[in-house]
Amino acid sequence: MTPHLVLRVVTKTLIHPIILFAFYVQFHGDFGPGGGFQAGILFAVAFILYGLIFGLDMLKKVISPRAVQVLMALGVLLYAGVGYATLWMGGAYLDYDVLVPNDTHNAGQHYGILAVELGVGITVAAVMIGLFYAFAGRNVEISDEDW
Amino acid sequence: MLAQISLHFPALQVVLPLIASPICMVLRRERAAWGVALVVSWASFLIAAHLLIQVLDEGVISYHMGGWPPPWGIEYRIDALNAFVLLLVSGIGALVITYAHKSVIAEISPDNRCRFYALFLLSLAGLLGVTITGDAFNVFVFLEIASLSTYVMVALGAGHDKRALSSSISYLIAGTIGATFFIIGVGLLYMATGTLNMMDLAARIADLGDSRTLRAAFAFIVVGIGLKLAIFPLHLWLPNAYTYAPSVVTSFVAATSTKVAVYVLMRFVFTVFGTRFEFQGLTLTYLFLPLALLGMFVPSIVAVFQENAKRMLAYSSIAQIGYMLLGISFATVAGLSAATIHLFNHGLMKGTLFMVLGAVAYRLRSTDIASMAGLASLMPWTMAAFVGGGLSLIGVPLTVGFISKWFLIQAALESGQWWIAALVVISSLIAAVYVWRVVEVAYLQPAPADSQATEAPLSMLIPIWVLVLANFYFGIHASLTTNMATRAAEMLLGAGT
Repeated sequence: MTPHLVLRVVTKTLIHPIILFAFYVQFHGDFGPGGGFQAGILFAVAFILYGLIFGLDMLKKVISPRAVQVLMALGVLLYAGVGYATLWMGGAYLDYDVLVPNDTHNAGQHYGILAVELGVGITVAAVMIGLFYAFAGRNVEISDEDW
Repeated sequence: MLAQISLHFPALQVVLPLIASPICMVLRRERAAWGVALVVSWASFLIAAHLLIQVLDEGVISYHMGGWPPPWGIEYRIDALNAFVLLLVSGIGALVITYAHKSVIAEISPDNRCRFYALFLLSLAGLLGVTITGDAFNVFVFLEIASLSTYVMVALGAGHDKRALSSSISYLIAGTIGATFFIIGVGLLYMATGTLNMMDLAARIADLGDSRTLRAAFAFIVVGIGLKLAIFPLHLWLPNAYTYAPSVVTSFVAATSTKVAVYVLMRFVFTVFGTRFEFQGLTLTYLFLPLALLGMFVPSIVAVFQENAKRMLAYSSIAQIGYMLLGISFATVAGLSAATIHLFNHGLMKGTLFMVLGAVAYRLRSTDIASMAGLASLMPWTMAAFVGGGLSLIGVPLTVGFISKWFLIQAALESGQWWIAALVVISSLIAAVYVWRVVEVAYLQPAPADSQATEAPLSMLIPIWVLVLANFYFGIHASLTTNMATRAAEMLLGAGT
């Protein structure tokens, strides 16, 4: 009989809707309240909850600290990469209009902000999980020699 | 093709180091990360040089981020003043990173080396962003990018000395209070004017005249930047942060980050608020002037009694900020150009001196003055560079320090305050005292017989000597910097009238 059975079962059922809601906030962010930052936090909450209930070692099997670091960088690269893409296509930095040229509805603005917000979401989620790793993974006692 | 790209240089100036930073973070080999940082830093320097030439030829450059025209969008606005600061920041960045490789291996633990390069580039991007932008809120964003990465870089010194951690925390607290005050000030400005673009702000503040909201905004902004700048009584975070940070970090931060803060102060006090804002004149005369004078003396005297050379130079930096503040407090073309000249020149001299101490730390594992006994015979080129930088710090003719002091004294005499000119000279003599302490130990005392120290590696010596020669070059061909600074000062005072 594993301890905290109720907590474990409830957590497992909660994780899916949390992640689903994170995606909703992420991809609906350009029409309504929300966006990359909030979605990233929500997404990370699912992982942190899993880590709290099932332990740090299990969480590290799901997403390794190294992967978290790479994701942190990837989000920023995606954001800045969109800027470079617009430069490459002949506009100013982050001038989304050039992504879909000659569109009367400025569809470029829509796709541009979607990609940029995805970058924000990835970085924020990775940073939050990274913070959890940093705090949960630290030594409880600091030995005298460390000072 | 190049002409096409050069149109976007204002954006690339900031986003090139910004995108290189996450790349360094992902790389696993520190040599590769160093290579990326090296290429990007020098590219930034070339971009800054190109922008400066363009500004001098064609006047102000305005770049619209995302294609949104100001005052709605974020405008990058480059004029004589910030082009000059961009050149200093990117130049010091490029030299420091060239010098960094060996010093980083010696002082930063293996896990953190790639991260160090990522942080360095982030800090560079932040400082360049603060300088280049024409948007008040954008200044805050970049100021925080630069500061947060600097706090972490200071903490990286913990591999060598655990006190780096507590210094980093106190820097973080002071810096965050400063940033918060600054953003409260910007918020009040937005409340009063409804705009964040600096030129638009300037125009609207000139129409509004005096009000309590504007006064509060001015006070918050000045105190906020004052904390970042380490104006004399707000300097408490600085000595520890500079002492316990890795040598590379100290060299870069000491030569650039307070200089950028001086720039922001000048930009807000003169361009945004303008000389017609009455409260400004009072602040300059009754706040900046006494603090500048106190700052010239108290930290200098404290510096004389330091045991650690890095800490000594940190106190000296606070004193040098006093000179820049003094120049600003005159609010004349002569005073502001003196402040701008000293901003550039102090970057050169402190960059040199802290890089020398980095080379000393690389060989001796210590920067205590006592441990440097007889070092001149073991590391002649390194210590000669210290003497060069030291002469410049004191203000001996043919060095940039002399040009700074000369213009400062002229500005004081022009405003009829001969006693201030005398105080500048006297405080320079204190600098001679503390520089001499190191020189005496290194040149006149015998080296301990068991000392293993040898000359610093060439990869460190060459960037150091480039800076030493720059100290003399700009001291002899002073017209290069003084013309630019005078132009910047005229622009600052012209904008408000």
